[in-house]
Amino acid sequence: TPYCGHCPSLDKNIRPLNLAGHVGFDSLPDQLVNKSICQGFCFNILCIGETGIGKSTLMDTLFNTNFENFESSHFEPQVKLRAQTYDLQESNVRLRLTVVNTVGFGDQMNKQESYQPVVDYIDRQFESYLQEELKIKRSLHNYHDSRVHACLYFISPSGHSLKSLDLVTMKKLDSKVNIIPVIAKADTISKSELHKFKIKIMSELVSNGVQIYQFPIDDETVAKVNTSMNGHLPFAVVGSTEEVMLGTKMVKARQYPWGIVQVENESHCDFMKLREMLICVNMEDLREQTHTRHYELYRRCKLEEMGFKDTDPECKPVSLQETYEAKRQEFLLELQRREDEMRQMFVQRVKEKEAELKEAERELQSRFEQLKRLHADEKATLEDKKKALEDDQVSFSKRRAAAQLLQGQSLTANGKKDKDRKK
Amino acid sequence: YRPSRRSSSQQKNLEGYVGFANLPNQVYRKSVKRGFEFTLMVVGESGLGKSTLINSLFLTDLYSPEYPGPSHRIKKTVQVEQSKVLVKEGGVQLLLTIVDTPGFGDAVDNSNCWQPVIDYIDNKFEDYLNAESRVNRRQMPDNRVQCCLYFIAPSGHGLKPLDIEFMKRLHEKVNIIPLIAKADTMTPEECQQFKRQIMREIQEHKIKIYEFPETDDEEEMKFIRKIKDRLPLAVVGSNTIIEVNGKRVRGRQYPWGVAEVENSEHCDFTILRNMLIRTHMQDLKDVTNNVHYENYRSRKLAAVTYNGVDNNKNKGQLTKSPLAQMEEERRDHVTKMKKMEQEMEQVFEMKVKEKLLKLRDSEAELQRRHEQMKKNLEAQHRELEEKRRQHEDERANWEAQQRIVEQQKLDLSRTLEKNKKKKIF
Repeated sequence: TPYCGHCPSLDKNIRPLNLAGHVGFDSLPDQLVNKSICQGFCFNILCIGETGIGKSTLMDTLFNTNFENFESSHFEPQVKLRAQTYDLQESNVRLRLTVVNTVGFGDQMNKQESYQPVVDYIDRQFESYLQEELKIKRSLHNYHDSRVHACLYFISPSGHSLKSLDLVTMKKLDSKVNIIPVIAKADTISKSELHKFKIKIMSELVSNGVQIYQFPIDDETVAKVNTSMNGHLPFAVVGSTEEVMLGTKMVKARQYPWGIVQVENESHCDFMKLREMLICVNMEDLREQTHTRHYELYRRCKLEEMGFKDTDPECKPVSLQETYEAKRQEFLLELQRREDEMRQMFVQRVKEKEAELKEAERELQSRFEQLKRLHADEKATLEDKKKALEDDQVSFSKRRAAAQLLQGQSLTANGKKDKDRKK
Repeated sequence: YRPSRRSSSQQKNLEGYVGFANLPNQVYRKSVKRGFEFTLMVVGESGLGKSTLINSLFLTDLYSPEYPGPSHRIKKTVQVEQSKVLVKEGGVQLLLTIVDTPGFGDAVDNSNCWQPVIDYIDNKFEDYLNAESRVNRRQMPDNRVQCCLYFIAPSGHGLKPLDIEFMKRLHEKVNIIPLIAKADTMTPEECQQFKRQIMREIQEHKIKIYEFPETDDEEEMKFIRKIKDRLPLAVVGSNTIIEVNGKRVRGRQYPWGVAEVENSEHCDFTILRNMLIRTHMQDLKDVTNNVHYENYRSRKLAAVTYNGVDNNKNKGQLTKSPLAQMEEERRDHVTKMKKMEQEMEQVFEMKVKEKLLKLRDSEAELQRRHEQMKKNLEAQHRELEEKRRQHEDERANWEAQQRIVEQQKLDLSRTLEKNKKKKIF
């Protein structure tokens, strides 16, 4: 059904008209009902409780059928949620029931590890619905609603008080799901103890600010029975699929040496009350509350997280299209910015590398220059030496030439002298 | 309307009483508490008896001297006006909105006279879309037009161009139920022919009028098929009660008899009322919500998301919400940027390698030349050394020779001196 809160038929500006005969729109509720029967109903119930507390048995008893039950150990490393879907039919009413069981709840050392998987599961179903709702082409009327409509919280029949795990878990869940606490294995508590236990539990819930599901009292047709039932919370239940012969009938019961606990005997336990409240009277309300309250809260938080607002900074209303458009603009700008940033970074690197390489070139160049100078110096020295040698050679040849000349002269002079002597 | 069987489920039989068979009653109870809404639009030229029909349908004076109907309001241009009334019957409250269009088709030039109607319907869709899209959603009044009764003048000749234009433009926005007005001006045979002609033209122009949903119920389907044969419904309305055969009925008194509104042999009024109000009102609302509104919404949001680019070719994209779409685009962009980065990195590396190679070559060249020059100089050095040595040797030799000669000369001169001295004596 589309999201439609209460119709504003209480608007004072609308004039009432009298009808002069039977028009026939009083069939509208029937038309609506016929459609929903055609479509079938769906209900999702989550059972939280320690291993062995009787969750599966209670489900079997409530729905008078034998669901697939798995034995689980106390040594699960973490809490797992096991969801199974069944198609049931009663008279002409088809119900798609999903039973979600916690496996290993309470077996962890750290309590947060116990409740977190449950919170996550519930949120995942909300998220799934929200995603469908936000799609451009969506089919909500065809959507298999997996959101948890009711959460049965199984309280250990200690007879004393709630465990801290119970309080902590329920506090985490009370704004996400309709919590219906039940006292499990109620046949282990005496009547007087039970009464005190119930009072203790309710007062602990109140003092810890835990909001459990209240059966609605705004509809006069059911206000009376709901109010009365609210006073019996939490329901103390016994589950059994075993049947025992009582008088001439077979009844669901648990047989003890000291007596037979009859599941459907209201003086033995509150099973009948639970069934009446949960299924016969308020199933539709549980679905409605999930959709209009818990889901809306999740949606609102999620959208706010994503930056959606109903009004812009000047307090003018903003439409979804405007928000999407703005987001898209922002988004495209961001992508562009990232690209530019990357390019910028690259340009920077290239510049730096270029400078590096230029520096290396310069170094090489200066080395080259240095070597050139060295060579030039050496060459100059060499040239000097060459010149010196040349000079020496020249002066030597001059000496030699001069000496030769002298010798030649003296030789001729001596020859003359000799000649003279010989004369 | 069957829910999709996405999750695998098992069929289980109940072994006894559970109680969820009471769910329909719970739904019934809650719907009565909530109350109902319905918006009905009436379109047609003035004088076709629209107000009278509304009054007859709802057995009330929606339009009265106090609240005059569209025909009594003189309008120069087409307006769209709504009247809201609250009616109650059998404990069921109905907030009824009647939307009428005074001036429709009454002008000399009626081109675009449907535009105010389209605008009105779209505005209501937009209001709903905005309300639905708010972060803080509250009770959303549903003012969307859930049914449009279109009045066809009983000309007997078929649809007017205006009729066709109007229906073509609006059939995908609202449930159109075409009606032949003032059916009492035609004989049954004329009416039959007229109806066939109209249905032919409707099919020809591919106009989608409101269709009754299929049901599994054989009886119901038989009934529905009978109605389908009588489309479009020919109606008569009346504000006056007349006595006929001891019964007080709504009708139109003629000298030759009384045309009774609720007599199915006289007209299809009863069929219309039963269908519109008693059996299919909820379906009209559902089709408006699930089909017409969703069409509007997806068109509106697709336009926003893709900024007018026609991405409808890739139908797959529309099955995501715009936000999921942006997420995907972001991821694609990251991939694209990574690729770009890699490419740029490659080019960069390549260029750097090139440059380094060049540098290394220069360095090698430089080294080579240096070696070359060094060798050269060394060779020259050695050559010079050799020459120097030769020169030194030559000089040393010559100087040694000279000394010998000098010595000889000296010796000689000494001997001569000696001789000379001897000779003297």
